[in-house]
Amino acid sequence: MGDRGLLVELGDEISRQINQKVRALFIGLAGHDFKGIKELIPGYRSLMVVYDPLVSSLRSLKFQIMDIWDTVDEAQLPSPRIVEIPVAYGDEFGPDLEWVAHYLKMTPEAVIRLHTEPTYQVYMIGFMPGYPYMGEVVDSLVTPRRETPRTHVIQGSVGIAQKQTGIYPVTSPGGWQIIGRTPIRLFDPQKNPPSFLEMGDRVKFYTITAEEMQRWLP
Amino acid sequence: MAAVKSIEVLSPGLQTTIQDLGRFGYGHYGVPSSGALDSFSLRIANRLVDNSENVACLETTLMGLRLKVLTDVCVAVTGADLQLQVNKQALKMWCSHVLKKGDILSFIGPRSGCRAYIAFGGGIITPFVLGSQSTNLFSGFGGFEGRSLQKGDTLSIDSPQAKLPMAGRSLKSQWIPKYPSVFTLRVVWGPQENDFTKKGKRTLTHTLYRVSSQADRTGIRLEGAEIQRKKNTAESIISEGLISGSIQVPGDGKPIIILGETVSGGYRKIAAIITADLHLLGQIKPGDEVQFAAISLEEAHRALDETGHKVNNLSALLNS
Repeated sequence: MGDRGLLVELGDEISRQINQKVRALFIGLAGHDFKGIKELIPGYRSLMVVYDPLVSSLRSLKFQIMDIWDTVDEAQLPSPRIVEIPVAYGDEFGPDLEWVAHYLKMTPEAVIRLHTEPTYQVYMIGFMPGYPYMGEVVDSLVTPRRETPRTHVIQGSVGIAQKQTGIYPVTSPGGWQIIGRTPIRLFDPQKNPPSFLEMGDRVKFYTITAEEMQRWLP
Repeated sequence: MAAVKSIEVLSPGLQTTIQDLGRFGYGHYGVPSSGALDSFSLRIANRLVDNSENVACLETTLMGLRLKVLTDVCVAVTGADLQLQVNKQALKMWCSHVLKKGDILSFIGPRSGCRAYIAFGGGIITPFVLGSQSTNLFSGFGGFEGRSLQKGDTLSIDSPQAKLPMAGRSLKSQWIPKYPSVFTLRVVWGPQENDFTKKGKRTLTHTLYRVSSQADRTGIRLEGAEIQRKKNTAESIISEGLISGSIQVPGDGKPIIILGETVSGGYRKIAAIITADLHLLGQIKPGDEVQFAAISLEEAHRALDETGHKVNNLSALLNS
């Protein structure tokens, strides 16, 4: 990519197996202190390696990556973390819950049950700091984006759109259906790591009441 | 470190932020580099006031910034020619000066370029967040309280008196960049260039694009001929990492140059601007025109080698 990026493609679809390979290569490369690598950005099915061509040639970088790839043993990888995330669903925290239930012809309780049942995979962190791309939402919960995006989606809002679910790390514009909110702060630049989640994590949502939500917040 | 309140913002102008050379190593957490859009100008500004190259400076856009000096300080302004004045008298750019307590520094408006860089001898004191002082406006951290400067803000400088004797350095005139209103940017194809038709690729390199008014620190949107995608391709792709200078082509076929405020995206990238030309992106303003010239990866690296040598020997570029 350009004259200082190498896009390593490990598949051409969204799948946990391919994403696991990306994670393996990412962890392998991150574990070595390669001169010239400035940034590693894992995607769903690829790893973007940003390098300094004045320090490392593309040729030697490719060799290094192939070396790592040959020695990476997926079975030896640290197992993914299971992260439980509390969510207050509906009412002021999830203004689209009623609409989603209506659209899917089910009760709001059924929407909540379908959203909290699966364990989601964090495929990558991107778009904005701390933002997890998570999937997959069960087929019966697949909902389109809002026709009119909101200009202000409050920090911690939990949304769904098509097969994906996500959490807004900071208050920002957004078009996803907002069904709840978590008191967890997904991005805190004063912490290291600054992101609450990382690529490869498994996420499970559980319900909390509005009172518990209030108590959680400072 | 001796913090001295040195600068008061009388008017922030269109947009003024604190930036250094950027924040690296947190891309996998979605944290973009931010940093000066014209890194060449920032590095020169720092060297003119005897700072190390990566020290945080002010980056100001187009017009309206007015600063009051609260204590004697060594200052250099580089980058865009925004009609720099001190106490309503023109002041020379690309050169360091001692400004006296009570002086007013102002930027009237652009004659050429888009962003000017203001370095203060000793450097602006703000906390380092994730290893950098650069402002990330979208997520609101780094720089001055994570935001653009506002009227009444005061900046502290580290021991400004120590750098006063350094005033008088200047960049040799043959190295002072001239910013045109038609920019030629060199690009390397990829990574998704094969998803575009032959005609589409030709469109990119044979169109004089106009910079839309939607140009800011996140990206430069271009108006002009639409770039044709192959018929069997979807509008978006599976999200993946990207670099600043990527030329992204969304569904409407109008290219957008991505700057350093995002790490990933879900649109196709037909090409990317070469590293040696990246600093020019900071000087492109709405209404300017842009044309792209495709070169090989080897040529791109050779161009970087040449500028690399130049920039790594900054001292040789200065009169002192």
